[in-house]
Amino acid sequence: MNTPIRRLAFLVLAMFTALLLATTWIQFVAADGLRDRPGNRRTLIDTYSRERGAILVDGTAVARSERTDDDLRWVRRYDQATRYSHVTGYWSFTYGAGLGLEKARNAVLAGTDDSLFYQRVVDLVTGQQPSGASLELTIDPDVQAAAAEALGDRRGAAVAVDPRTGAILALVSRPSFDPNALSSHNLTAVDEAYQQLTQDPAQPLVNRAIAGDLYPPGSTFKLVVAAAALESGDYRADSELDGPVRYTLPGTSTELPNFGGEACDPQGRPTLARSVQISCNTAFAWLAGQLGADAVREQAQEFGFGQQIEVPMQVTPSSYPDQLDDAQLALTGVGQYDVRVTPLQVAMVSAAIANDGALMTPYLVETVRDRDLEVIHETRPRTMSRSVSASTAAALTEMMVSVVQGGSGTLAQIPGVSVAGKTGTAEFGSSGAAHAWFTGFAPADDPQIAVAVIVESATDNWTGETGGQVAAPVARAMLEAGVAP
Amino acid sequence: MSPAGPTPSTVTSLRVRSGRTVELLLTLFALVVVGLAYVNVELAVREEVPPDLWWHLGTLTALALGLHVVLRWRARYADPLLLPIATLLNGLGLVMIHRIDLGSSSSSVATRQLLWTGVAVAAAAATLVVVRDHRVLRRWTFLAMAVGFLLLLLPMLPVVGHEEFGARLWIRIGGLSFQPGELAKIALTVFFAGYLVSTRDALSLVGRRLLGMQFPRARDLGPILVAWGLSVLILVLQRDLGSSLLFFGLFVAMLYVATERTSWIVIGLTLFMAGAVMAWRIFAHVQARVTLWLDPFAAGQSDQVAKGLMGLGHGGIFGTGLGQGYPYLTYFANSDYIFASFGEELGMVGVFAMLMLYALLVERGLRTAIGAREGFGKLLAAGLSFTVALQVFVIVGGITRVLPLTGLTTPFLSAGGSSLLANWVIVALLLRISDHARRPVAERAPDPSVNLPGVPGVTSR
Repeated sequence: MNTPIRRLAFLVLAMFTALLLATTWIQFVAADGLRDRPGNRRTLIDTYSRERGAILVDGTAVARSERTDDDLRWVRRYDQATRYSHVTGYWSFTYGAGLGLEKARNAVLAGTDDSLFYQRVVDLVTGQQPSGASLELTIDPDVQAAAAEALGDRRGAAVAVDPRTGAILALVSRPSFDPNALSSHNLTAVDEAYQQLTQDPAQPLVNRAIAGDLYPPGSTFKLVVAAAALESGDYRADSELDGPVRYTLPGTSTELPNFGGEACDPQGRPTLARSVQISCNTAFAWLAGQLGADAVREQAQEFGFGQQIEVPMQVTPSSYPDQLDDAQLALTGVGQYDVRVTPLQVAMVSAAIANDGALMTPYLVETVRDRDLEVIHETRPRTMSRSVSASTAAALTEMMVSVVQGGSGTLAQIPGVSVAGKTGTAEFGSSGAAHAWFTGFAPADDPQIAVAVIVESATDNWTGETGGQVAAPVARAMLEAGVAP
Repeated sequence: MSPAGPTPSTVTSLRVRSGRTVELLLTLFALVVVGLAYVNVELAVREEVPPDLWWHLGTLTALALGLHVVLRWRARYADPLLLPIATLLNGLGLVMIHRIDLGSSSSSVATRQLLWTGVAVAAAAATLVVVRDHRVLRRWTFLAMAVGFLLLLLPMLPVVGHEEFGARLWIRIGGLSFQPGELAKIALTVFFAGYLVSTRDALSLVGRRLLGMQFPRARDLGPILVAWGLSVLILVLQRDLGSSLLFFGLFVAMLYVATERTSWIVIGLTLFMAGAVMAWRIFAHVQARVTLWLDPFAAGQSDQVAKGLMGLGHGGIFGTGLGQGYPYLTYFANSDYIFASFGEELGMVGVFAMLMLYALLVERGLRTAIGAREGFGKLLAAGLSFTVALQVFVIVGGITRVLPLTGLTTPFLSAGGSSLLANWVIVALLLRISDHARRPVAERAPDPSVNLPGVPGVTSR
């Protein structure tokens, strides 16, 4: 019986060889493919099993990772969640890194970025769990809080930047959402919350400040047109413009009225300064026609229109239309027709004017620090463009101060501080519905903060309030919080 | 066959080593490995040295060394590798079960498994003490058959029988559930060995030659048809593909060893194929298994195989390290899929080592069969070794997609008392046979305490 037993041994050998080959195939040849399979929970958990860097505002974490006992080991927590939701974005096991810095700086926060290579090598040698770097933001918590509270439940957005550096001091979009609901480890609840957020007609996940559907800028665009006029050399602050009660759009019989149908000037010849102060529509429609589309477009681009900006979140470029007939050109003079902006872009216009015409690149991350608090990266302020000359900036500043002192933006006044501003009431659709705008900076003689606020029209035919009435108080709250005492 | 030496003294100087010292050292080595693995898991998961390390490791040490002492006492020449290998596998199984306990929010399967290890090792020791000579088992050939069949059919009984995960394999008495099929495996091996030793001449010599093969007479086909019928019955009534495959494979292998006729294998494989195709055509659960085998990621199917593969893939060549993977994400991580759990945390390297342990265990068993001095011992040892090999092949092959997945326990590793008990008894029987096979001639004097009446050719020695 020994021969068959030996043969049986060979059969056993063959069986085990088959197992060794199969194991080799799975664990060596096919392993990478298996790891990359969609829905491989192990790979997913692995990315969640290391400590993700915190997001800090003035030393306080607005997003941080907390140790848990379950599979995922770390849970992401957002303190002051709704106030900072559009800055932080969310970090969800099911939906990944979404919106905000969580998405835009995912690699740095997760610790997989190339800039953290050195630290990873050290971790590997010392056997430490790799962890991500933390971000310190430029946000001023007081300005952020003031913006969030002043906006309240109204849909809209508010942005503040430091005109001298481009540092973003506040970034608020309303309605907000609670990122904790998405970062929870209760995956069914996360699923429900996500469905609810994506299906909400108010679109709380959209960051209206930088990445929403672009808004018509309304009268805030008059700053760009006025800048173009001053830069052309043909106009000064006291140049008289053609500003009748009604302006017939060239080549059409359509008449453009002033707000409330009022005259800008008894003679219909308001100065440029006066036109800005009272936001005279007919004068600016006429002025745009005089300057020509190219001059206005170029000036808009000097202010940042059409530029790809990452703060580090992607900012939707604002746009000034390409092909215009004379009537359309006239309409762009008052920020209507196809001019489309983000609130950040509007803030950048004010910031450039405040900063003697030099437009600084906006940014949100001050420093990146690794686990040992070593600074890995520090953002240095950069000039994006020379928007207008210093004298143009000074002239525009003077006009904007008059807007707040005795024009359409008096509600933005702050006792003891000179505020420069510009209101806007941007019509959209054909029913006369309008969004309320305000942009400005303070103090006018030593600018520390520039803001832009938009409050969306609640309904399609809501025309009751102007930027001066609705948006200016929000801006005022932010400016007040941002001006050093 | 002693070499012609100048003086007889050269013959007497050849002392046969009992191997007990080697066994002791290897067993201690196995225990050290298990202890380190346990500490490793606790450090990785809980970041502390297990407070109950000495208690747990002490229990396992006491069990292994206890069995070692029994061997010194009752089976001095037994193969010295079997106990260390079984100890190492059992110990690693305990560590992995404990590790999965930690991963799946405080259950205590490991404690129960340690308890069962005690029972199983005690049963092995009892087997060694009670069965002083394996040949006594031959007397119980037909009793073993009756017991085997009874055990197999026990789960079909109305009250005690119990169905889990669609297979009716368990009996449950009180709170204790047990898989009698595991023990039936041993009883049936004893039966096959006894039966085939008596009938091997009729099966191998009588018959017709056809196509260069010796085919048996129709009446000699009876037993293989019965075995086939039995495995089909298991398949149909208990919905257990694995056991069915195991019993039939075991029977065909032993038939082949007994008769030395390839024709039996051809007949056996033909019958098996026919049965398999039939089962595939009739049963939905068999079809599902085949579909998953061909495409583990098939949409709308169970993702059991896929999860195991992802675990293995996650481990890669060197594994995540004990306690640092996610083996508990796989279904049945501590029972049917424990091999995948090891693959994830110990990697391809670790899994190779474990397969080598099994191969070595089986090899020592087959070597025992070759060394055994009579047919019954040869068949029994070959049969018992081959069940271990076949069981490892079927379950690990199912996990690694060598063949469709069938639920079976992985010997010594899987959580489950019946499996542990059965495998330790198998090891005890192999130890017993190997003791007989390796005992030097000088000491082979009949033990007066062993009386083997009624066993032909035994008492006459």
